Amino acid sequence: MTALAASGPAESSWRDGKKFLWPLGLLVPTIPWIAWGLAAATGWSVAWWAGPLLVFGVFPFFDWAIGKDSDNPPDSVLAFLEGQRYYRWCTYLYLPLQYAGLATAAWIWSTGRLDAVDAVGLAVSVGTVGGIGINTAHELGHKKDELERWLSKVALAQTLYGHFYIEHNRGHHVRVATPEDPASSRLGESFYSFWPRSVAGSFRSGWHLEKARLARANRKPWTLRNDVLNAWAMSVAVFGALLAVFGVRILPYLLIQAVFGFSLLEVVNYLEHYGLLRQKNGERYERCAPRHSWNSNNIASNVLLYHLQRHSDHHANPTRRYQALRHFDDAPELPSGYATMIVLAYVTPLWRKVMNPRVVAHYAGDVALANLQPRKREKLLAKYGAKA
Amino acid sequence: MSAAIHAYSCPVCDYVYDERRGAPREGFPAGTPWSAVPDDWTCPDCGVREKIDFEPHGGSAEVGE
Repeated sequence: MTALAASGPAESSWRDGKKFLWPLGLLVPTIPWIAWGLAAATGWSVAWWAGPLLVFGVFPFFDWAIGKDSDNPPDSVLAFLEGQRYYRWCTYLYLPLQYAGLATAAWIWSTGRLDAVDAVGLAVSVGTVGGIGINTAHELGHKKDELERWLSKVALAQTLYGHFYIEHNRGHHVRVATPEDPASSRLGESFYSFWPRSVAGSFRSGWHLEKARLARANRKPWTLRNDVLNAWAMSVAVFGALLAVFGVRILPYLLIQAVFGFSLLEVVNYLEHYGLLRQKNGERYERCAPRHSWNSNNIASNVLLYHLQRHSDHHANPTRRYQALRHFDDAPELPSGYATMIVLAYVTPLWRKVMNPRVVAHYAGDVALANLQPRKREKLLAKYGAKA
Repeated sequence: MSAAIHAYSCPVCDYVYDERRGAPREGFPAGTPWSAVPDDWTCPDCGVREKIDFEPHGGSAEVGE
């Protein structure tokens, strides 16, 4: 029946149970039309906020209602599974929908038919698409294929986050779960202290990585060979075109959607490695292992985020395609899917109540082994006690 | 033809650094010897292994004539 069964070189009885669920991820970039349609059909202006309502309300409900699956493809089918082009189209198609939605929203803003609150709601909804679009960009940017790498930068243009393409692959993956990584959160660090550290640190790191790469070839950083600059140039092109067509009055909404979008990425960054630390073997950090990422098998979030929650395998094999990522029994597991944990991360006391004990338990009570927020260090050691 | 090793591969993602091709995008033109690549240079494809983790690549003779 399926291509996997019919033509798989690796004869196996394994079936991808999520195979026909992956296109559901394409519902996300239709959010601007869902918002518009609901607002038109019901007359309720709250519908313009469909993006956050879905991500913070409906998706966590589905995480809870649908539950988990820890099904792993056997090693023998990994290569075949990765070669199936069907899975790639599920990610590629995000981009035209994403930009069609942005253009539609830009047109709606330009008509002036929405009051300010509804227009901001639409901006936040469009930002949701842009933010989850960073996850699509993430999947594409890790691949060796030049087209996919280019598409990754295109997807990032909407949220002004082009530097992520460089910083994530050559910065975050190298330094993950160490105090040097701006995108790994620390035990005791709230999302609100993490946000400026990660936004500014990732920006700085992306620039320095490209500057160093170009310097090896005796080139200056101010060139379009610089992947940070050429990715930002795409944002200039997208924003410039939209402003030229729809007028400068849409600028505030374009900026709101961009900031909301990349902040959605940052809250996901926040929960992926919270408190986890690679120990040092002499000068070098130990290699990144499954124990250095938080995972979840909640089906709803996994389908919408292309298995991003199988995060330990992603860090072990960054170029592996999403459909082939595996669950590890011994990896730290979040109490629920990323969609639910995002909501918790916004409410610092709740986050700490749920997650701090899990970090302490992960280190078997020896909290000194965790990635500690420096100015909270003494307090955390006193509270949880360091093993002598 | 020498028996010397010209190529090194990333143990995670199979990226191959071949001295004869170098890695121009990374700032190592064709002909850059492996010894001239800094130790902390990370694999340009997966980012999770450094030069010192790379392994000699047996199939190096397939490149060139």
